[in-house]
Amino acid sequence: MLKKISSILILLLSLAHNAWAVLTIEITEGVEGASPIAIVPFAWKGQQAAPQEIADIISADLQRSGLFAPLAKQDLISQPHDASEINFTDWRVLNTEHLVVGKIDALGNDEFQIQFQLMDVSKGSQIAGYSIRSRLPGLRRSAHKISDIIYKALTGTPGAFDTLIAYVTVNQYPSGKRKYRLAVADSDGYDEQIILESSQPLMSPNWSPDGKRLVYVSFKSGRPEIYIQNIISRDIQKVTSFKGLNSAPVWSPDGKRLALTLSKDGNPEIYILDLASKRLSRITRNYAIDTEPAWMPDGKALVFTSDRGGSPQIYKVNVSQNRAQGRVERLTFDGNYNARAAVSSDGRHIALVHRIDGRFRIAVLDMRTRQINILTDSRLDESPSFSANGRMIIYATEDSYRGVLAAVSVDGRAHQRLSSQTGDVREPAWSSFKSH
Amino acid sequence: MKWTKTLPKYLLGLVLLVGLAGCTAPKKPTDEQAQSRSADVQGAYDIKSLDDPNSPLSRRVIYFDLDSATISEEDRELIAIHAGFLASHPDVSAVLEGHADERGTREYNIALGERRAKAIKQLMSVQGVGQNQAQVISFGEERPVALEHNEEGWRLNRRVEILYSGY
Repeated sequence: MLKKISSILILLLSLAHNAWAVLTIEITEGVEGASPIAIVPFAWKGQQAAPQEIADIISADLQRSGLFAPLAKQDLISQPHDASEINFTDWRVLNTEHLVVGKIDALGNDEFQIQFQLMDVSKGSQIAGYSIRSRLPGLRRSAHKISDIIYKALTGTPGAFDTLIAYVTVNQYPSGKRKYRLAVADSDGYDEQIILESSQPLMSPNWSPDGKRLVYVSFKSGRPEIYIQNIISRDIQKVTSFKGLNSAPVWSPDGKRLALTLSKDGNPEIYILDLASKRLSRITRNYAIDTEPAWMPDGKALVFTSDRGGSPQIYKVNVSQNRAQGRVERLTFDGNYNARAAVSSDGRHIALVHRIDGRFRIAVLDMRTRQINILTDSRLDESPSFSANGRMIIYATEDSYRGVLAAVSVDGRAHQRLSSQTGDVREPAWSSFKSH
Repeated sequence: MKWTKTLPKYLLGLVLLVGLAGCTAPKKPTDEQAQSRSADVQGAYDIKSLDDPNSPLSRRVIYFDLDSATISEEDRELIAIHAGFLASHPDVSAVLEGHADERGTREYNIALGERRAKAIKQLMSVQGVGQNQAQVISFGEERPVALEHNEEGWRLNRRVEILYSGY
């Protein structure tokens, strides 16, 4: 079913200053049956060059979803900017199902008005039409918002383009020293911001549900401690510094609690930390390793990794009033290594790291059928994280022994790779929908 | 909950006794070194031995199998030497730094590194090393010594390093 489209490098070049792609995205496997759509370059009435190629950003977003096949720019038979200028017969000849046209007006003071219309080509009618006001630094973001609107209008599912990814980069120098960086970028790899640098390991970034803060593990004191950092103000707050492990923090869906791993009581156990009261509640009690908690979307259960059965497997425990309720249930039985669960926002899928023949792949456990479906085919895939709409999974993999990020659709059909210029990139974490 | 904490220590103590018996038993005297090592356990090393590259105390890395925190027979002898030294030098402290190879998930690996370091700490504590004398820290797979992505690199990275404070 998969049609290999090798090495179609989408060069996401930007004309605006201060917006560069540190991560470039390569579609490694396109999807047969993706819906043909044409995004016509938006009209621009300013004096200078257009501040952003809005249409290029939208095209790249929609293509990455694997559900759409945007027409190449040179194949556009005409360049209408308004529904009244469209000759639908031409577009039907090209088998284009949908057409997006629009224009950008400069309002002065770096303010812009973006108008666009999404058209059904066969019916010759408008599906959606919006007018968005944007400031210059927010133009890329406005383009992602338009992608989200188009995606929702055509699939019924909210888009997750106007979101952020956090990740850790590591550079190793000939002296043997390493530089660890915690970075945040748009979901397409643009506008990377380094929010923290350290000579000691940084691990396990995880987003607050409001997309404003990250929780992570830092070894800056020489041992692991958990910190929360505001990505705008960069303010840092130490959260836990217990004896032993302080590891794998994940924010609860209501934003009020963290699930995390501590070994202060002897061996690694899952705890819940109430952020307001600082009260700590122990959830697991087992002599094995219990770690890598992830919340179910209703906040009433945790899934986690435990080797209590002899090998790492995923387990689920119900939680009420920060207490474990009932029996711990084992969820995975295929193979002898299933770990680091991430749960989709609808709770239907659990992404995990699955070992097969000594290789580590990203797999998805369907919570209805309890079947595991392996999505990737390299040997060191890890750290899966769902997009806010549960349709894509970003994860860490290797390319020529270098750590890179990649993404795969939850059905395993669309694959892409996010490569950086230097160093290792690892531990991606995809934010929820932006609320601000 | 108490037994879960004390049982493994008890078990490890047993295993250690069996291990030491194996070293000193007249039935297996083939290894002269083993005999001298077991003598060393009684505290033959002074503080200067830490700087002596020919002393067994200069061997400070213990290696592990994949997914395992099991200590080999040979390494038990080495750990016994370090434990003997620490027990006879209560003013000296050490950090037991646990590590894993790059395979498997990062958070599980940091727990695995801790399990390896704690296995060594428990062996040491039954030989009289003070609870605060040996401190466990795990870096999981975050601080590899070998950068090769192959069996040999992985073998070298699955380790616990015994780091003497100030040495």
